[in-house]
Amino acid sequence: MIEWTPLLLTFKLALITTFILLVVSIPLAYWLAFTKTKVKPLAETIVSMPLVLPPTVLGFYLLVAMSPNHAFGQSVEALLGIRLVFSFEGLVLGSIIYSLPFMVYPMQAGFTNLPPSLTEAAFVLGKSKWTTLFRVQLPNMKPSLIAGIVLTFAHTIGEFGVVLMIGGNIPGITKVASIAIYDEVESMNYKLAHAYSLVLFVVTFTILLLAYLVSGRYLKKIWL
Amino acid sequence: MIRLSLQKKLLAGSEAMQLELELSIPQGDFITLSGPSGAGKTSVLRMLAGLLQPDEGCIEINGEPWFDHHRGIDLPPQRRSLGFVFQDYALFPNMSVRENLLFALSKGQPRQIIEELVHVLELENIQHRKPGTLSGGQKQRVALARALVRQPAVLLLDEPLSALDASLRGKLQDYLLQLHRQLRFTAIMVSHDPAEVFKMSDQVVLMENGKVVKQGLPELVMPELSGGAHQRLSGLVLAATTSEKGKSQVLVRIGDNTLRLDAPASEGLRAGDQVEVSVSLISGVARKRD
Repeated sequence: MIEWTPLLLTFKLALITTFILLVVSIPLAYWLAFTKTKVKPLAETIVSMPLVLPPTVLGFYLLVAMSPNHAFGQSVEALLGIRLVFSFEGLVLGSIIYSLPFMVYPMQAGFTNLPPSLTEAAFVLGKSKWTTLFRVQLPNMKPSLIAGIVLTFAHTIGEFGVVLMIGGNIPGITKVASIAIYDEVESMNYKLAHAYSLVLFVVTFTILLLAYLVSGRYLKKIWL
Repeated sequence: MIRLSLQKKLLAGSEAMQLELELSIPQGDFITLSGPSGAGKTSVLRMLAGLLQPDEGCIEINGEPWFDHHRGIDLPPQRRSLGFVFQDYALFPNMSVRENLLFALSKGQPRQIIEELVHVLELENIQHRKPGTLSGGQKQRVALARALVRQPAVLLLDEPLSALDASLRGKLQDYLLQLHRQLRFTAIMVSHDPAEVFKMSDQVVLMENGKVVKQGLPELVMPELSGGAHQRLSGLVLAATTSEKGKSQVLVRIGDNTLRLDAPASEGLRAGDQVEVSVSLISGVARKRD
């Protein structure tokens, strides 16, 4: 019988990751779009790394860093009382890093493509950077925001390597749908693997289709 | 009184150009900045607005320093009381016409000014539409209204009317003059159009290569309007032809008129060339067009 927990866990992870990334990426993308610093290529390289790195490599280093034997894992545990390895919180952190470029780049493109005169007009009208961001810039780059949200959500649903490395396979905590599928195939339970796969397939297909319908031209531009 | 003393190294195309400018503008005057493109006119407006930082110099508006290199003063654009009409209008696409104007209000400023501007610039019928659905002339009126909401002491206009056809341009010039008389702001407008320069300005500042080459009343500054029997007009070659007798001729566009003129074959003129046309006027009579 199909267990719904892994599927729900997958969508919970994707939702939380997308929301946190949306908040975190706004300042990061803003900075990347408008900075004149010389370290910009370095920053862009770091943000892009998850695109090319095997997820297992990323997962391995995250696992090492999060472990209670290392400074980072230790201090998080001491300060927040959260153990990151083999926990849902750890998965969220890993997913945020893994999906970072999928949110940051569409947003950065959105900021860059805005006519500079819009921002300047708001400044000349006496509006602060903050007001300009929320009233002028973000509302006029909705297609980029939608692209970032959709890509991040879909990418997090498809995660496997990172999750397996840092989360393992604990039912109800870190066993997400992609891992459940792997599990069922290992135990020759093809019928159940098919059920999970079909749900993921249909859901991601629907989300992408909706996104294409809403702002199709933009999504195609960054993907193809 | 506006006092400007600006120095800035600019990149015009691939070449560096040194902009150096000293200018005093009496309060309430209408000034046009004219001159070839790349002369630094827009950069002057941007430096006044705080959107571009001068390398050296100072900007003083009615005794208040906005920029002073030596004293380390550089007010951000937000704190300079001016209106800016951008060449591309820069209306916020996500807001209706009315919302664009409301957005421009300062904190605590009464809304009455919006009703007045909507009335004067005849925006009643379009005030609930989004900028994307407006024509060029309508956008221009909205941009002008928005720049005036904060009742600025200085209004900067960057070739605001260049994209409009002649009749619409005339109407907007009238609006602008009317508002200028009512509100008594100091206006600085970039314009290429001699007719516009004459109609609008108390003073013309003619710029070339980052320097002021002439300044004063329009009729004294605009050289091509100096009168006299011999005139040099600049035009654009539309086509070059050679007649059966081997005589070469060119079609030249000057302003709104196209002329067929003789051209020595040795000049080797081709379509797209910029040319100078020498003409002699025996006498000229002007009559109103039907």
